[in-house]
Amino acid sequence: MAGPTIGGGRIPGWGIVRRVLRTLGSVTLTFLGLTVVTFFIGRVIPIDPVLAIVGPKASNETYDRVRAEIGLDLPLPVQYWRYLLKVLHGDFGTSVITSQPVLRDMLDVFPATLELAVLALLIGVVLGVPLGVVAATHRGRWQDHLIRLLSLFGYSTPVFWLGLIGLLLFYAKLGWVAGPGRIDVGYDDMVPTVTGLLTVDALLDGNSEVFVNALRHLVLPASILGYLSLAYVARMTRSFMLGQLRQEYVLAALAKGLSHGRVVWVHALGNVWVQLITVIALTFGSLLEGAVLTETVFSWPGLGLYMKNSLFNADLNAVLGGTMLVGVVYIGLNLISDLIYPLVDPRVRGQRR
Amino acid sequence: MTEAPLLRVRNLRVTYPGEQGDVHAVRDVSFSLGRERLGIVGESGSGKSTTGRAIMGLVPPPGRISADELRLGETDLRGLSERGFREIRGRRVAMVLQDPKYALNPVMRVGRQIAETHRMHVGGGTRAARLAALTMLEAVNIRDPERVYRLYPHEVSGGMGQRVMIAMMLIAKPEVLIADEPTSALDATVQTQVLAVLDDLVRGRGMGLILISHNLHLVSAFCDRVLVMYAGRVVETCAAGRLHEATHPYTRGLLAALPTLEHRRAVLPQLRRDPAWAGE
Repeated sequence: MAGPTIGGGRIPGWGIVRRVLRTLGSVTLTFLGLTVVTFFIGRVIPIDPVLAIVGPKASNETYDRVRAEIGLDLPLPVQYWRYLLKVLHGDFGTSVITSQPVLRDMLDVFPATLELAVLALLIGVVLGVPLGVVAATHRGRWQDHLIRLLSLFGYSTPVFWLGLIGLLLFYAKLGWVAGPGRIDVGYDDMVPTVTGLLTVDALLDGNSEVFVNALRHLVLPASILGYLSLAYVARMTRSFMLGQLRQEYVLAALAKGLSHGRVVWVHALGNVWVQLITVIALTFGSLLEGAVLTETVFSWPGLGLYMKNSLFNADLNAVLGGTMLVGVVYIGLNLISDLIYPLVDPRVRGQRR
Repeated sequence: MTEAPLLRVRNLRVTYPGEQGDVHAVRDVSFSLGRERLGIVGESGSGKSTTGRAIMGLVPPPGRISADELRLGETDLRGLSERGFREIRGRRVAMVLQDPKYALNPVMRVGRQIAETHRMHVGGGTRAARLAALTMLEAVNIRDPERVYRLYPHEVSGGMGQRVMIAMMLIAKPEVLIADEPTSALDATVQTQVLAVLDDLVRGRGMGLILISHNLHLVSAFCDRVLVMYAGRVVETCAAGRLHEATHPYTRGLLAALPTLEHRRAVLPQLRRDPAWAGE
């Protein structure tokens, strides 16, 4: 099982090389699988791309000519090969609605979603993990019941309903936050786009007015999405923590005189993180999905809204491009969590399988 | 021995409330421990581990501890606050658990885990704790303490792990050590080494040791005195060297069930249990 050796000893660094190679291999395979899926969705879906171009009144000759032009008369494997080559060149075709390349559209809208999802994840993790820990250490007591109720409510309530109620309460009635959209119309295009994350761009520009306005728009949708991830993160943290608290090392740590707090928050939580990484990565992925509904409710010009509009307008290239982007983000998240694992779990470090 | 005992236990009871009435895990256990090695033997579920944990105040809720006397030196352990117990655990009573594979935190370097006990009880900062941990690793016969200090629990063998565990528990110089099946997870040859380390430290420091084990041979060879527990109750106490002269039918049954090299038997006698032994 070991790698090549020199005189019985391991080549230094070989473990890392193997690790990287293995990860790259699995990423490539996953990506190919993803392209196959999007390709066949495109063929199976009852939308005729030719009809979308020529319109319903075109003659049969025109229809056949366009069909041949975009290569739909070729055998499926050939079509797939052409599709793959195009995708690898970043060519997802042109969107019918915006008449722009889909890739461009996505690069425009994705930062808005990213900004939303990152803040939501921060809220979810920063609040969800401690809540889960407290629920576990107070198992069966009122704190536990309260936190479980809170998270049950979080993942059993439709996000659009929460969004509407949130808007009604915090925007319409209380006026604590700004309404739908990313920013007030008056502030549009006031700061140069650098990262595409409006709050970050405003900070880079030193424009505090734009920053505050953008943040006021961001905080409600991010909190609602964050609440969803909080619900999941807290529930998983609770169950992981309960598992860790039953371990012998917890008893040993108590036996050497450590405080309950130190045993829970340092010893047990250190082991909980190992399990939480995957959960957090998956949560981030599901935030991108949850964004479709949230962005619709909040008119948030991100990937979710873009996908929704494309779907309702039968804009196939845009839908498939968006699907591909979400898939690529998932792959990226897995990659990142793979890279983070060895940082929190010494057992994975330098391990050769 | 006119010296006051290190630990005095009179009528210790540990009770778990259950659906069908209370479960009495430990019933009226009494003993006192001087600077000696006391063995507690019995089957699984006889209450030996629970006795050890009760002394450290580590019986998980909803378990309840009560005793007519539970005294560590001058300190009354009955109704001692969690804070009070924290100052005692590791500092005056410590506990070595069965399997170092599970009893050490897998994501923390072993050296840090040893140093942590020192920081908690002795103080003096990180550097002092590190030095003390290295010295302690040497004391448990680890030849290369600098290297071992940086290892993670999965990188050390069972025997080394158990010596790390002993180092972690003895670094703050407790008076009493409770060793709960300290060698049961180890190979026979490693068992002897670990016991030698334990014996060395316990004798050298004049500590009291409670060795909890199901292994009669081990206990009779290693300890001065033996308590035999059955169903939460001490059924017999005797000098370890005289264990073979034990009179209680349960102890006799345990002894009879031991295989020996001299007498080859196709079938070992089955242990007979009498519920009456658990009663009055």
